[in-house]
Amino acid sequence: MASPRLFRPAARLLSSRLSATRPAFPQTACTPSILRFRGYATQNGTKEVTVRDALNEALAEELERNQKTFILGEEVAQYNGAYKVTRGLLDRFGPKRVIDTPITEAGFCGLAVGAALAGLHPICEFMTFNFAMQAIDQIINSAAKTHYMSGGIQPCNVTFRGPNGFAAGVAAQHSQDYSAWYGSIPGLKVVAPWSAEDAKGLLKAAIRDPNPVVVLENELLYGQAFPMSEAAQKDDFVLPIGKAKIERPGKDLTIVSLSRCVGQSLNAAAELKQKYGVEAEVINLRSVKPLDVETIIQSLKKTGRLMCVESGFPMFGVSSEILALSMEYGFDYLTAPAVRVTGAEVPTPYAVGLETMSFPQEDTIVGQAAKLLRL
Amino acid sequence: MAFINPMDTPGIPTYRVMDSDGVLVGQSRSELGFTNEDALSWYRNMLTGWFFSLYYDGLRPDADGLLTSRYGQVSAGEEGISVGSAAALTPDDVVFAQYRETGVFQQRGFTLKQFMSQLFANANDNGRGRNMPVHYGCAYPKTVRITPSPTSPMLELEWTLTEAQHTISSTLATQIPQASGAAYALKLQALQNPDKPPAIVACYFGEGAASEGDFHAGLNIAATRSCPVVFICRNNGYAISTPTLEQYRGDGIASRGVGYGIDTIRVDGNDIFAVYETMKAARGLALSGGGRPVLIEAMSYRVSHHSTSDDSFAYRARVEVEDWKRRDNPIIRLRKWLENEGLWNEDLERQAREGIRRDVLREFGEAERAKKPAIRFAFEDVYEEVTEEVREQMGELKRILEEYPEEYDLRGFEGGIKGLDEK
Repeated sequence: MASPRLFRPAARLLSSRLSATRPAFPQTACTPSILRFRGYATQNGTKEVTVRDALNEALAEELERNQKTFILGEEVAQYNGAYKVTRGLLDRFGPKRVIDTPITEAGFCGLAVGAALAGLHPICEFMTFNFAMQAIDQIINSAAKTHYMSGGIQPCNVTFRGPNGFAAGVAAQHSQDYSAWYGSIPGLKVVAPWSAEDAKGLLKAAIRDPNPVVVLENELLYGQAFPMSEAAQKDDFVLPIGKAKIERPGKDLTIVSLSRCVGQSLNAAAELKQKYGVEAEVINLRSVKPLDVETIIQSLKKTGRLMCVESGFPMFGVSSEILALSMEYGFDYLTAPAVRVTGAEVPTPYAVGLETMSFPQEDTIVGQAAKLLRL
Repeated sequence: MAFINPMDTPGIPTYRVMDSDGVLVGQSRSELGFTNEDALSWYRNMLTGWFFSLYYDGLRPDADGLLTSRYGQVSAGEEGISVGSAAALTPDDVVFAQYRETGVFQQRGFTLKQFMSQLFANANDNGRGRNMPVHYGCAYPKTVRITPSPTSPMLELEWTLTEAQHTISSTLATQIPQASGAAYALKLQALQNPDKPPAIVACYFGEGAASEGDFHAGLNIAATRSCPVVFICRNNGYAISTPTLEQYRGDGIASRGVGYGIDTIRVDGNDIFAVYETMKAARGLALSGGGRPVLIEAMSYRVSHHSTSDDSFAYRARVEVEDWKRRDNPIIRLRKWLENEGLWNEDLERQAREGIRRDVLREFGEAERAKKPAIRFAFEDVYEEVTEEVREQMGELKRILEEYPEEYDLRGFEGGIKGLDEK
């Protein structure tokens, strides 16, 4: 876990990096991910997989592997999930492992937490994380804290998953990003996948992790296809929680992002390269808590400039946290003030023109980066 | 020792005035408290609602199941409940609806123009384009002067009341405890100002929403605080795809009202006369003895899909739906009654349908062509007053718009650049 490192002075963080046996940027991570995938495609069995199918595969594999797991939520069984993530699971695993619930988030989330406290490994699907607000007491006050409060006696191996962040045309009450909410709670782990590999590897890790883990998916990514390596297609593919991934290496600017904004940042980075010849490094956080401070700071040291891109509200968010960390651990390496590109300070409007203006777009990212780099 | 087994207790009966052939059962025409004109206007309103949802239903998602930007919940098959119950309300009554109560809005005077403007998020939309489709709402702010009376030695107060329809909220069941709160406010106002016309709160929700904790909290607080609120549960048999058997095991929602010590009735939701009579009686009951809550469970069957993004035939056999449609439907039932009474015929039906179709299409077109809300509404209303930062941003935007007028086409927005000026 990276979080204990938060409490180390910056100097020690630096020295620990210097003495590390592993090079700061392993060769594989330095190759642009897209190129790497392309290389794979010709030589090995890389496959295009949608995020939806990757999540479905992860669920099926973990239900298969561990009899203690089961999934419950609204519409997950007969209807195959509101967003079809649980498609076919009822047929394959039966109604004892794939359970439809009444519209009672507090009820079924509480049931999942109770089952976890009793030793099972439930996976609790929220139709969207907006609905988890009805059950947030169970997640924060019970799931996150009982292990600590019981003196380590009661396990709580529960996974909460569902779409998070804004979707298209669902307005204020159905378009919010809860990364910062859950990310601020000691006792929870929080992951936010972007690609199909992220989705599969992180969801499997979340289910196997003995702690309560919140998996913040994104509705707009469900139908998006990503290349999936042969290794990731295997049923033992798990990603470590707490490790970020450098999706595109660069030397001029570090862009830290998560979830859907990673894709936008990569496109923005390509445009920056094409327009200005700037090499932006794009870091996919993958994990909100624990946060991979090390990867961010190492990158910042190399580029001297930091920009965070997320679709949450501007204040007290993931970006705010990363900017604070950059000051605590990388102040001397920054050649310009770090900036954040976030959602607007407004309840998400419905009208499409207003909605578009409420969240970072690729040209916003490019524009802000150009400003930061004084281009 | 004896346990109460709910299976042994008799089910709560369903109140009905008119059978599925449009024939009155057990009551004579003179006993019913409405005029022929009322019945005809209800029929027109239901028919309009039905047409409206047909056009709305036309906006279906594409083959991949992707949402179109116009996502909304449609209400065909439940017009009897919304129109019939709203007809028994007075303009002073306050309504908290879910999102399947188009008929309530219609019956209370919401116009096709208002509906369409909301759906198209144009300049005439009360919600300024910020809210999801079918999240209708309107306010008639009214200032009521409260003067101290011997029984209520409070200071002189001025209350600004937001009456009529509260704007629909996307969050499920949150309106139920809020309705109790609004009813409590009405109760206090009635105590302080006996001259004010008596008013209740009508709160609508589906049987799926009744699974949420808010339902239980809302009913219990209304019962313990004796709030003048009528809860109307539309039991349509499905919450999205979940049939009621998966939703609850007791005797519907009505049995819960009894548990909270609330006057409760179950009514046939396809029988608009029964709904009207029930609501009228419930309103009287809610106002009696200083205020008390009432629960109405109106049974219906949802004929339309849950929303335009959901193909319910995936989980309901098509025959089941068609069968029910043929067998019973609040519109058909009222039409049969009107025809039996000699108030309606095929010619009138054709004329009415043609007229409604024309009106709906006209408003549809007009709403589509209408201007977008003024630019300042992109900034306003996050807080009651425009914050300093936002005012600065508005100023900056104005400067840019004035400096580069050829870069920005503002003709589509109400008031053009002047639309940026604060009112």
